[in-house]
Amino acid sequence: MLVFFLKKLLWALATLIFASVLVFLALEIVPGDPAQVMLGINATDDAVAALRESLGLNKPALERYFSWVSGMLVGDFGRSYTYSVDVRELVADRIAISLPLALIALALSTIIALPVGIYAASRRGKIADTIVMAISQFGIAIPNFWFALLMVYVLAIWLQLVPAGGFPGWSEGFWPALKSLLLPAIALALPQAAILSRVTRSALLETMGEDYIRTARAKGLSKRATLWNHALRNAMIPVLTILGLQFAYLLAGTIIIENVFYLPGLGRLVFQAINLRDLIVVESVVMMLVATIIVINLLVDLAYIWVDPRLRARAS
Amino acid sequence: MLEIKNLNLSISGTPILRDVNLKVGAGKILGIVGESGSGKSLTALSTMQLMPDGSELGGEILFQDHNLLQADEDDMMRVRGQEISMIFQEPMTALNPVHTIGAQVCEAIRNATNLSQNQLETQAAAMLEKVGLPVSRFPLSRFPHQLSGGQRQRVMIAMACAQQPSLMIADEPTTALDVTLQAQILNLLRGIVDETGMSLILISHDLAVVAEVTDDIVVMRNGEVLDAGPTGDVLRKLQHPYTAQLAKASTHVPQRNSAPILSVEQHANNIQPILKAHHIVRDYPTARTSIFKKGIPFRALNSVSFELFKGQSMGLVGESGCGKSTLARIVLGLDKATAGRVDFLGTDLSKVEGDEMRSARRNMQVVFQDPFASFNPRHRVERLVSEPLYLEPQLSKAQRRDRVRAALSEVGMNDTALDKYPHEFSGGQRQRLAIARALITRPALIVADEPVSALDVSIRAQVLDLLADLRERLNLTYLFISHDLGVVRAICDEVMVMQAGEIVEHGPVENVFTSPASQAAQELVDATPNLERALANRVD
Amino acid sequence: MNTSEFFKTALRNRSFAIGLFISLLVIAMALVSYIWTPYSVIDLDIGAKLKAPNVDYWFGTDHFGRDIFSMIMVGARNSIAVALVAVFVGIGIGVPVGCWAAARGGFFDEALMRGNDVIFAFPALLSAVMITAVFGPGAINAIIAIGIFNIPVFARLARGAALSLWPRDFIMAARAAGKSSFRITWEHIVPNMTNLLIVQGTIAFALGIIQEAGLAYVGLGTQPPFPSWGKMLNEAQTMMSFAPHMAIFPGLAIVITVLGLNLLGDGLRDVLDPRIAKERS
Repeated sequence: MLVFFLKKLLWALATLIFASVLVFLALEIVPGDPAQVMLGINATDDAVAALRESLGLNKPALERYFSWVSGMLVGDFGRSYTYSVDVRELVADRIAISLPLALIALALSTIIALPVGIYAASRRGKIADTIVMAISQFGIAIPNFWFALLMVYVLAIWLQLVPAGGFPGWSEGFWPALKSLLLPAIALALPQAAILSRVTRSALLETMGEDYIRTARAKGLSKRATLWNHALRNAMIPVLTILGLQFAYLLAGTIIIENVFYLPGLGRLVFQAINLRDLIVVESVVMMLVATIIVINLLVDLAYIWVDPRLRARAS
Repeated sequence: MLEIKNLNLSISGTPILRDVNLKVGAGKILGIVGESGSGKSLTALSTMQLMPDGSELGGEILFQDHNLLQADEDDMMRVRGQEISMIFQEPMTALNPVHTIGAQVCEAIRNATNLSQNQLETQAAAMLEKVGLPVSRFPLSRFPHQLSGGQRQRVMIAMACAQQPSLMIADEPTTALDVTLQAQILNLLRGIVDETGMSLILISHDLAVVAEVTDDIVVMRNGEVLDAGPTGDVLRKLQHPYTAQLAKASTHVPQRNSAPILSVEQHANNIQPILKAHHIVRDYPTARTSIFKKGIPFRALNSVSFELFKGQSMGLVGESGCGKSTLARIVLGLDKATAGRVDFLGTDLSKVEGDEMRSARRNMQVVFQDPFASFNPRHRVERLVSEPLYLEPQLSKAQRRDRVRAALSEVGMNDTALDKYPHEFSGGQRQRLAIARALITRPALIVADEPVSALDVSIRAQVLDLLADLRERLNLTYLFISHDLGVVRAICDEVMVMQAGEIVEHGPVENVFTSPASQAAQELVDATPNLERALANRVD
Repeated sequence: MNTSEFFKTALRNRSFAIGLFISLLVIAMALVSYIWTPYSVIDLDIGAKLKAPNVDYWFGTDHFGRDIFSMIMVGARNSIAVALVAVFVGIGIGVPVGCWAAARGGFFDEALMRGNDVIFAFPALLSAVMITAVFGPGAINAIIAIGIFNIPVFARLARGAALSLWPRDFIMAARAAGKSSFRITWEHIVPNMTNLLIVQGTIAFALGIIQEAGLAYVGLGTQPPFPSWGKMLNEAQTMMSFAPHMAIFPGLAIVITVLGLNLLGDGLRDVLDPRIAKERS
């Protein structure tokens, strides 16, 4: 068990290191001088030289990589050129919006998708199943940011039920802040829930064809009891895989959807940074998001052990 | 107890069962025999009302004078498990992998009673003890994957007996198991019937198994009952031609004109073997046991040595996991030995390369077990059969085609097969194609890995005849791998018995089978079902 | 099964028939846009700006007076091109990598698949963010970013399929004939996974269209003045309160296209049945 856990942890760490090298290299191959790029073509040579010095661009690449990584490990993400503040400060405020948004959306989509998928599977071939599956087919095809635009139009502009966007800040209290995240979270969650419910349904139906389901039926269990007691847990294995993959989508979706609701999250930060050519901010934000995705995938890997005792055996 | 009258079943409009009639008395064992597609399993599933979707049933299934076809789902749920229980062929997949065996047995008991969890567990433990899985060695917290196939089948039986049903249906319960396990499971079932007075329907493709344990027999083909009666009568008198044909095929021994070639005589005449294995060892790595300890490698083959002479037919028998397939792969050069060497036609296979290797491969071809898996489904027969000609790049297209035609005619197939796809052929025909593919390079040695195990008995007999005939006509040498002693006895001169990676006995076939020297061979011989012996041992 | 037989059985599948119809319609629309559109999408006609849908302008006009329908037609080119090229990038790199990993096995396999996991941690959006930060914006960014995202998807699929095929007897027979693993992969492994690849390719195509729209929406994809569906939605956002049609029609275009492709993929899955073992049952 411990060996398995450590192995997973080591691989996650290796993935993280590899990802950081990728991010670092990507910014290394900037055509021309990064300092020049960041300052624009009108900058004086002195200003460029000064920025090079302060960014440490004169040092060898390996040294810069290690100081970047070791800095991140102790929470020092460097200093934003355009904002003239520590990247850490910039990011801290923003991530307090983006991460909760992604997590709420993940929770919402799971809460919606699992019951819907189970229900559809239990009514296989019946009218309810057909309707649910037709809706989910549409749900998959709807881009979340377009869905968000429509919701804003209907709920905020037309019916004037909610504000069209913006974020009061967590300092204004938990509920008002949460309320302003709710609409974006729903916009993110519903298309994902459509995918997840289809996966849940097909995983369940596949499991219902297994030999051990026939065994359970031969014992005298009802169809419903076999579904709940025998099929569900086995079907969770593919569902977990998709759940892990979805988090990456959700995080990316968060960044896009912040634009629709004018939320001052990581997305806004990173797009401003791109326009201002603030490479340090871009580098740090991308690295942080990638790290979050890797951590979530590690958690999913560990959840498999809980679901599937065969892995527990291989692990111990 | 159970009487099926004029049962008709069709699935999505296709008739599957036609007017099936059978009867099981209280405390009796009924055997249902038939080849694949005979409808024997679907008869059982119909009784349980667990047919596939789209099934339509007609007729009557009278269980204790109630017609089950008129019972609704709620009634059937009470019948299943409590009155009629069932065990299946594939023990590896029949248990839920995410629940403990204790939970699964408890569930079977709980369904009928309202005992407390403690009482349930006590009962479950007692049930498992009864089927030979004492809690001291097999705690209730075990998961199915921690048990072997035979042990899993015991858990299935424990579950099936848990509610003390009056009828149990066992659908090929031992087909997926080794013969020694098969004997144990059959004994267990027999014991339960004697002890509890339960009735049993035993479905099997194997006449010998049915002859050993059943009181009555029903013979089915293509969804119809052809023959029925007391087992002893039916199998001794063989009045129905199909029953007679089955019995004949299952004990079939191909005719041979020449005397067996035995190693001792060859040695005496100072003849060199064509294949010689020297102390072959094959280790497989296993997972680490802790952070600091590497796993101890699993030794699949432990210093295996043998010789094979020109024209000889050598059998290699043993239970699953004994290393016989690993040995075949090493001989064929598909796997590398950890230590030791294989000499083929005087050259060390691990050292040769290029042209020499091609020549070695040309002289050594292979026939696999599963005729459905041994062809690429996307290629036509001509391309499939000619695949080994890759080893003879100098042949022209016309020559290749001639070779394919020749090989096909050797196995009794004609040229119309050339442009067909493998799915257009039956299992037996495909196995003929597989043999044609092996013959096409005119090899000296053919390694046959369970070549008839997946075939029904009547087709098995034909393929065995073909193999025996080819050997005499083309002077082939066979290394014939099988778990089935009957098959090996029918076609081999000598046999090697393997156990846990070692050859424990080696000698002329008749000697090994009539007076085995090793315990492993003795157990194998005793456990192997034998129709004649079974009939002789019957008391009726 | 030859082509005409295939279509005969396939068109009886409702998902396939509807999906094929929609997909062909969208492709036809993109092709027609090269020779004809109702209005020019480059010329501005301020006099006709922000018109609601009417007889002249079926889907209305935008804030520059451009015809939305014409823009959707031209925008289809971009969506299809980006998503399709990205699928081929994914197949072209992912399938060889997956097959190679399966053929070699051992540490090599593990290392390649871990490399895959690393790429999996970069959603197309993050790749696009980095590429744009480095090279500046452009349509090619979207292709690279979505293509990179597709690589591990196809690599995993190909590896899984190859691993399930390698132990099969017909591969053993080919090995016994002395064929190299490269040759076996080419002759036996790849042909037996084409059905899987076609189905997954269709689904990745659909996903690519959504991803491309998302990237264009946040300004990381196609740049103006060339119309793209995502960009149109971005421009529509500030005018939601008085010109909702500017957002509705490009969005519908995306939904219908993606729906069509997904239906086509589902239908193909049923018709081709990529479960390799099916014919055994």
